[in-house]
Amino acid sequence: MGDGAATIDLGNHLSESLNGKVLAMHQWLEQNRFEGLKDIITAYSSLTILYDTAFIKNYYQPSAPVFEWIKQRLITAYQQSGDFVEGTPVRHRIPVHYGRENGMDLDALARQKQLTPQEVIRIHTAKVYRVYMIGFLPGFSYMAAVDDQIAQPRKDKPVAVPAGSVGIAGSQTGIYPFNGPGGWNIIGRTPMELFNAQAENPVLLKAGDEVVFYEA
Amino acid sequence: MSLTIIKPGLLDTIQDLGRFGYSSWGINPGGVMDSYAARIANMLVGNEPGEAVMEIHFPGAQILFEQNALISITGADFTPTLNDDERITTWRPIVVRRNTLLHFPKWQYGSRCYLAVHGGFCVPRWLNSYSTNLKAGAGGFEGRKLDKGDELPFKENSIYFAGLLKDSREYQPLNWRVDTGKTYQLPHEILFTIGHEWSQLTHTSQQDMMENNFTIHPFSDRMGYQLRGVPLKRQQTTELVSSGVSFGTIQLLPDGQLILLMADHQTTGGYPRIGHVISSQLPKLAQLRPSDSIHFSMIDIPTAEELLFSQEHELSIIQRACYDHLNQLVC
Repeated sequence: MGDGAATIDLGNHLSESLNGKVLAMHQWLEQNRFEGLKDIITAYSSLTILYDTAFIKNYYQPSAPVFEWIKQRLITAYQQSGDFVEGTPVRHRIPVHYGRENGMDLDALARQKQLTPQEVIRIHTAKVYRVYMIGFLPGFSYMAAVDDQIAQPRKDKPVAVPAGSVGIAGSQTGIYPFNGPGGWNIIGRTPMELFNAQAENPVLLKAGDEVVFYEA
Repeated sequence: MSLTIIKPGLLDTIQDLGRFGYSSWGINPGGVMDSYAARIANMLVGNEPGEAVMEIHFPGAQILFEQNALISITGADFTPTLNDDERITTWRPIVVRRNTLLHFPKWQYGSRCYLAVHGGFCVPRWLNSYSTNLKAGAGGFEGRKLDKGDELPFKENSIYFAGLLKDSREYQPLNWRVDTGKTYQLPHEILFTIGHEWSQLTHTSQQDMMENNFTIHPFSDRMGYQLRGVPLKRQQTTELVSSGVSFGTIQLLPDGQLILLMADHQTTGGYPRIGHVISSQLPKLAQLRPSDSIHFSMIDIPTAEELLFSQEHELSIIQRACYDHLNQLVC
């Protein structure tokens, strides 16, 4: 990733075990921080670190390029971290107002899937979803996997989406923390606040958490 | 101790070197686009390099200094002017008298300039940074761009500079300025290291990327530069799951065009990462404008690191020189 970032990619697919390993590496790196580590981005199946190349060069004085030194750190994190983060995941219950003005795409999605809107809601609320990653926007959660019966590719063109909108894109489901353009199929909206800059903990959902939706 | 925005500019925000440590919450580092210019702006006025600065786009704000201030302006040249017609130079410390108006009547060069004041701007930190995150509406000055009537206080002074003002003058430039060396030379020649999906490009597209020029499209901002050029192709179009990206990442869009991620990029992305602009050239890239063209050349990571170290070495010399000059002045 250039001369100031490095990615360790565990495989290009969405799997709970790969994501578990990514989060375990994140935790290990947080507990075994090195000087010059600036940031860690966790994604579905990869972990990226941003580092201060010049600082590391002066501080640790590696004989090889700093990138080689970083690579060794990442390999060590891979080898020494567990397969998943220990402990019980945090579980959130999230109320959703489905359909009508809150879920502009619910009826169309139901028609295409040859279901009634009520069946889509029943299927969407029947599962416990895992938060795989937070990205795109502050606090935007990528959760999976929705049942194949309601999986639907994202729309061709993004439209204006209000904060709290709950959407489906492929086998993913997620919640928009802000008003803005979005291409996911919007089936409902939650009154819960996903992001609050002034709170001590600005982001409600974290990677590794579990989410259950229920009809408000 | 403060300044007031008399007339707002296109996009003027408070920034520092970025908000690191929160990417896993989707909160991007942000920060200044041109960290070289911002760091030197601070050094010139005796601040730590990471102090808050004002990043100014053209047309820039009209700014009234309510108190005497030691300031510097670096980066782009928008003809910084005091009161009616006192043009001041960039990359140089200047003492300005209270009730002086700073404005930017004419574009000369670059995309964004940096205003630093001695002491720094007194704004609250959000998540350990002064940078403005417009998406989150937090950080910097009330989480937004600066607007008419905004009053930005300065932090405490440690240098007594008012004595440098001559009786009859509204301002006094100090007698040294920074030479930016190689940093902005060959503005259109951009070096990159290959990205994870580089090898997925067809052989022809790999050659096309380096043999052709790419033009910066008007839809370019602090988030990213959209490029227009010969469309590039991948050998196979496997879908990618989203993964981390950074400032300087070059992504390939589905239509074959490239996008360069800049300071306000999202934390993750699902487009193929063709390459990464090397760190020491991000300042140069930050000063390019829509319709400018870019020619890419590939280098390896060890060489990119060496270029960065030599730029950092130059910055440390500049920092020491600024410090010594200011010290002599006040002793």
